[in-house]
Amino acid sequence: MAPSQEELERRRIVGVHAEHVDNVSSTDFPHHYLGEDHSWDVDHFRNKLQVKFHKNKPFESVFSLVGIDAAVANAFRRILLAELPTLAIEDVFVFNNTSIIQDEVLCHRLGLIPLTGSLEGLRWMRWYKKPPPADDPAAQAAARASGEEFDSAASVPSDNNTVVMDLNVKCEWAPDGQKLAKQGERDPEKLYVNSSVYARQFQFVPQGNQEKYFAEPGQIRPVNPDVLIAKLRPGQEISLRCHCVKGIGADHAKFSPVATASYRLLPSITIKEPILGQDAKKFARCFPKGVIELVDDEATGEKKAVVKDTMKDTVSRECLRHDEFKDKVALGRYRDHFIFSVESTGQFESDALFLESVKALKAKCQRFKRNLADLMR
Amino acid sequence: MSRESFAAPNLGGSQQAPASGFQPTASGYENLDKPVGYLCGDCDTKVTLKRGDPIRCKECGYRVLYKERTNRMIQFEAR
Repeated sequence: MAPSQEELERRRIVGVHAEHVDNVSSTDFPHHYLGEDHSWDVDHFRNKLQVKFHKNKPFESVFSLVGIDAAVANAFRRILLAELPTLAIEDVFVFNNTSIIQDEVLCHRLGLIPLTGSLEGLRWMRWYKKPPPADDPAAQAAARASGEEFDSAASVPSDNNTVVMDLNVKCEWAPDGQKLAKQGERDPEKLYVNSSVYARQFQFVPQGNQEKYFAEPGQIRPVNPDVLIAKLRPGQEISLRCHCVKGIGADHAKFSPVATASYRLLPSITIKEPILGQDAKKFARCFPKGVIELVDDEATGEKKAVVKDTMKDTVSRECLRHDEFKDKVALGRYRDHFIFSVESTGQFESDALFLESVKALKAKCQRFKRNLADLMR
Repeated sequence: MSRESFAAPNLGGSQQAPASGFQPTASGYENLDKPVGYLCGDCDTKVTLKRGDPIRCKECGYRVLYKERTNRMIQFEAR
């Protein structure tokens, strides 16, 4: 006995009420409904799944993913945040820093600068595994005891695991700076040379094969050339060398390829009784612009409120505060309609990142399956 | 060392200068005669002082001098 279309629709919606939320859990699993087969089926999944892009800019994409479970959608989100590798500054060797910003603060700032470069080169790069510190026998013993295989080649910086960048900036008076200062000029940009240190002043120093993989215009560089690193005054100097390595967001947020990756459920607004005239206008004002549309009602000749675009709704529940509307409207969210928003930091493109997350989840599943098979042997 | 040349260490008094071997400064670890650069706290000029020099800026006579930052490389983690 197949459920009616109406019943299927009811099951899809999470009810949003004035003070509570109901129908929260999904019910499409075996033995929940009598006489219905909800066992997982790849063809059924394939037919149900829909992907639709709303916005696809290189570093910001918004798309709907319809027909998947919250657990899977959340897995994609978490993989995007924490498990896709990117390149970031990891070690900083400070030769001189006489600026007012302290060494450790400066180095922390440097680490957070998003870098970019040839994608082919970034994929070619391997992991750099940090060896335990030489002056910490406890950490060395722990590393030996962990039983992990120690690949010494991965712990030596080489062209396939480390990118070197230099930053050498010295602030000086501008040729006519001192004269201008006497005339009362206060603008540091006019008085001094290099009064601000920007990310574009980083120099990529290719090593070995990097010459080939990161040839112009694919050289390693900051995504945003105008990131302000520090401010200097005449006589102050920053001179340092950075080692950039690949890492994942779970290790440190600087390795996360996305600024945000989030999803929300598509809101649903059901008008149960017609809302007409002045009420319709007031009703439309309860929602963000463009959610409710006013159309001419043929039966009464008045304006009637109809739902136009629920995508723009924020589910503020404002309409439920008004007595005249609270019994005429039902708010909810579609349980299986995820509106993803992926904002890339610039190393990879947003849509490619999502595909990478799918790939990563697939690899995890395959590994899990292999381990299960090993268990049964 | 013969018995005659042995001198008991002077425990109580401070009149005698301690034997040179105990002076960490004479160990050759750091050359004290090497001039060290400082920065004047007032006029910001570079002042080079040797051992025994008065702590005083040669340009403006200011008595507060700042040590320059170490010229050794320092490694940090960008975290």
